[in-house]
Amino acid sequence: MDFMTSFLAAAVVAGTPLLFATLGEIITERAGNLNLGVEGMMLMGAVIGFKIGLITGNPILALLAAMFAGGMGALIFAILTISLRANQVVSGLALTIFGTGFSAFIGKDLVGQVTPNAIKLFFKPLEIPGLANIPILGKALFSQDLFIYLGYLTAIILGIYLYKTRKGLNLIAVGENPGAADAASINITLYKYAHVLLGGALCGLGGVYLSLVYVPAWQENVTAGRGWIAVALVIFAAWNPFKALIGAYLFGGMDIIGFRIQGTGFPISQYFIDMLPYLVTIMVLVVVSMRKSRKNAPPKGLGVPYFREER
Amino acid sequence: MLYKVVKRSEITQGKSFGIRTVAIILALLTSAIFIMILNLNPLEVYAALIKGAFGSNYRINQTIITAIPLVITSLGIAIAFKMKFWNIGGEGQIMMGAFAASFFALRYPDLPKPILLSLMMIAGMVAGGLWALIPAFFKAQWETNETIITLMMNYIAIKWVTYLQYGPWRDKGALGFPKIPNFSDNAILPNFLGIHIGWIFALILIIIVYIFMNRSKLGYEISVLGESENTARYAGINVKRTIIIALLISGGLCGLAGMIQASAVSNTLNVEVSGGVGFTAIITTWLASLSAPFILLASILFAALIQGGSFIQTAFGIPAAAAMILEGMILFFVLGSEFFIKYKLTKNGSAKPAVSKGEI
Repeated sequence: MDFMTSFLAAAVVAGTPLLFATLGEIITERAGNLNLGVEGMMLMGAVIGFKIGLITGNPILALLAAMFAGGMGALIFAILTISLRANQVVSGLALTIFGTGFSAFIGKDLVGQVTPNAIKLFFKPLEIPGLANIPILGKALFSQDLFIYLGYLTAIILGIYLYKTRKGLNLIAVGENPGAADAASINITLYKYAHVLLGGALCGLGGVYLSLVYVPAWQENVTAGRGWIAVALVIFAAWNPFKALIGAYLFGGMDIIGFRIQGTGFPISQYFIDMLPYLVTIMVLVVVSMRKSRKNAPPKGLGVPYFREER
Repeated sequence: MLYKVVKRSEITQGKSFGIRTVAIILALLTSAIFIMILNLNPLEVYAALIKGAFGSNYRINQTIITAIPLVITSLGIAIAFKMKFWNIGGEGQIMMGAFAASFFALRYPDLPKPILLSLMMIAGMVAGGLWALIPAFFKAQWETNETIITLMMNYIAIKWVTYLQYGPWRDKGALGFPKIPNFSDNAILPNFLGIHIGWIFALILIIIVYIFMNRSKLGYEISVLGESENTARYAGINVKRTIIIALLISGGLCGLAGMIQASAVSNTLNVEVSGGVGFTAIITTWLASLSAPFILLASILFAALIQGGSFIQTAFGIPAAAAMILEGMILFFVLGSEFFIKYKLTKNGSAKPAVSKGEI
């Protein structure tokens, strides 16, 4: 593989945890709930998924456990913000603090443990015949592991769900104008709960990709701020699952570029290159807010608790 | 439905304080179940937490030293939160304050103590304030989401200090150990009654911020802006100017906390100088419902949790992260309890007794 292809392939790998988390947060925010607990839910998924993977050696069970753990984190957030109408920003932060503590706590005996071989083997790169022969991109996109293909699939399914199905359109309505959606007899509470939980499960998947496949061993605070980048990527992707694919892999590329440049002996400190994803996130946010096009605007009901009596 | 949710018109401060206290007790009970699942006796663990935080004079001092940056940072965050500006960049503002203070400490180690310390304090506040000014400017100008920008800037500040620690500021005499040289004695805050004088600053700042928020014009404008931007505009408040000044103060306080930590606690600059204070302060601020005097209470509670947490790690082998779970749990319950402060549940029937009687 030439340099470009191997770089792109590595960018896709590094972008996959971001992709799952971003998709999760898109679905959550589409329901009108801004969950800043992405980092916490990722860590919960990362640790529980890793632990179950270690015990059972079964990749499917590990993934399901990660989704469950992420979903449980989201459930706490959902109860607080949907049923009890608590402040969403602070509830999300609380979830991140809780999830970070939770993963450090559960993971204290796991430090240094390595992913079992059975799971490593399950997630080894598989070439898709035909597609893998596309020049440059083929090997980068279609000679990857099953988890990454699951990422493509999830993004596409969510995109179709959101824009092409009745339930998806209802969801958009709930996020934009819950009062009107309620009047159209859409069950607001059910929609919010279902999608906040689904979002948490996807964040859990992003986390377990890091611990089980990317590293692949347990290390404390394995997410290292990726959850927050995912929150920003949602804005970058303008709440669109298809655009999340591009954003996640772009940021995946920035995540690894420092390491690659270091290898070429280019005279710049690694620490400055490490700032890149954060700097670019800031620039993206500023540019998006400056342009303020209606197409890229957040759901109108985002961050506002819905209370029928106050409609 | 048997019960219906009704918005409370008003609630006494005592009652809302009571609801919060109940929430904290429920959080402790829930955490106790969690501890029991781990085959430990919750009473023993809680007793050890208290012992670790207040068990001896030394430990009490340590708890107070932990509370000092929490109080000052919380005060800063409270000012921003009052405006509904979600400044979660306390961590970075602390870091940059510590960086600027360290610049003077390392560059002019032989200046007379009062002059050097004053310079460091001013530098810390200015740097923290400027670091907060960047997201404030974007927010004021284009309504850019401040939550994520302040957070991203935390990471940039941490990378910056890491760069200094491993690069240009690295102590060549430290035998390859990546650290920045220690400050001269002139750059270290003096002690008063056994604890560095940061505690006096913290107490004075509580009073100043209380007066500022409740009695000054700017403090009032910040509150109005937090309630509703439109109201603020109709009232003739200069929204942009208010955002900028409030965040300069907010970041400045965080920067001062950074200066105090670098000078009095670590005696140098390093990446651990903020040590999560910027995040913990968000919880304490919220627990205190943004009120300066209650910030003192909440900060001491959390300082005790942090100190007690590191004690149970050595005493029981329970990771200090357990304290973080407890912190998260307390916050969950307090957040949930606010529902009962804002709303009350009434029996559906009781609103119309005459009708229901007739039906029976």
